[in-house]
Amino acid sequence: MRTRFEVNGKAVEVEVAPRISLADCLRDTLRLTGTHLGCEHGVCGACTVIVNGEAVRSCLILAVEADGDTIVTVEGLSNDDALTPLQASFRKHHALQCGFCTPGMITTTHALLTEEPYADADRIREVLSGNICRCTGYIPIVEAVLDARAHYADEDTSP
Amino acid sequence: MKFPEFDYTCPTSLDEALDLLEKHGDKAVLLAGGQSLMPVLAFRLAAPGLLVDLKKIPGLDTIEADGAGVRLGANVRWCDILGNAALEAAHPLLVKAISHVAHYQIRNRGTVGGSLAYADPAAEMPGIAVTCDANIIVRGAAGERHVKAEAFFLGALTTSLAPGEIITGLHLPAWPVDQRWAFQEFARRRGDFALAGTAVYYNLDAAGRAIDAHIAVIGAEDRPRRLIGAESAVNGRVVNADTIVTAAAEAASEVDPMEDFHAPAIYRRALVETLIARALADAATET
Repeated sequence: MRTRFEVNGKAVEVEVAPRISLADCLRDTLRLTGTHLGCEHGVCGACTVIVNGEAVRSCLILAVEADGDTIVTVEGLSNDDALTPLQASFRKHHALQCGFCTPGMITTTHALLTEEPYADADRIREVLSGNICRCTGYIPIVEAVLDARAHYADEDTSP
Repeated sequence: MKFPEFDYTCPTSLDEALDLLEKHGDKAVLLAGGQSLMPVLAFRLAAPGLLVDLKKIPGLDTIEADGAGVRLGANVRWCDILGNAALEAAHPLLVKAISHVAHYQIRNRGTVGGSLAYADPAAEMPGIAVTCDANIIVRGAAGERHVKAEAFFLGALTTSLAPGEIITGLHLPAWPVDQRWAFQEFARRRGDFALAGTAVYYNLDAAGRAIDAHIAVIGAEDRPRRLIGAESAVNGRVVNADTIVTAAAEAASEVDPMEDFHAPAIYRRALVETLIARALADAATET
């Protein structure tokens, strides 16, 4: 079945079986393997991508269901030149070890801070409750997100 | 596991969706937010032949709040409710309850209609629907019917939806502006389905005594239920410490808790007593 959507600014058109998840389509068909599969049933957050501006679980969306959507993966939140402010903050605060949960942490917190650049630690923890990390104990992740807020607040042009 | 094989279609009208359900019978399942259906398919607990995606059907994503109450379309998502400025005043209990649903990413997709149709015993939307004597709007080939929430939920994951029917919305009665209310739920990890929860509200007569109390238990039994005995223990009384203790104890004896691997019945019963006491204390506190 044909499905068309935009990924990281590029229009794509793919032919996939209806049962293929958006996560598997991004990874296998489009070779964007930054999106990870941890649980494949909607509890771990490793597969988080941003669809139409909102952080969502790509393992619970069908590729054919995403027809017409605008998608940003962790690859779309990076650039080749330098670490982005959020990435730099994760590095500074040792907010990753194995890195498996990290793409989901980055996409989720990017979506959060874009909407809520003044989110406090409680709100960050609440939002990240849907992302599981086995390595870090979460504290450095929360600190990295808190520290990255300055960049998003600077960019915040809302009234 | 990966999803089983199925076909997918995305109708553009309610009539088209109803026709598809009639044509395909029990081989077709409805897809709204997918936050309950897709995990079911990932666990291979179901094997539908056809997914019918409701996302393109017009008119199902509206939120209306006025003197007649609050009307939520079936495709309204939790994030839409939480982001709607009018609802904070029009139905604060609804907003508070929905803020407890699952996780951030799930709240960006999960829908009113999907939650009502799935009827998880601990889900907040069915709980609020029963607490508030809401009506669930259902469309089928024969037309539209309104079902009282307490008649809609028959048991765990079981509703009175007939084959070929689609939930199109939920109507909550108007919320008196100075109604006292509270919501409590408990889960061991944030975002898990609650082991037990409660939604309460009541009004006050001229003497400061409670009237029209609604006290519902959510998640402790196989469906949400108003606890009539607990409500009787509150109605006609000032909601003070004595009333709260009595009402919570009445609720604990009235509830018939589930026993499962998440919690034994005795734990759930104690949890209900604690949560109802906290909720009544919270509702009684002037802020």
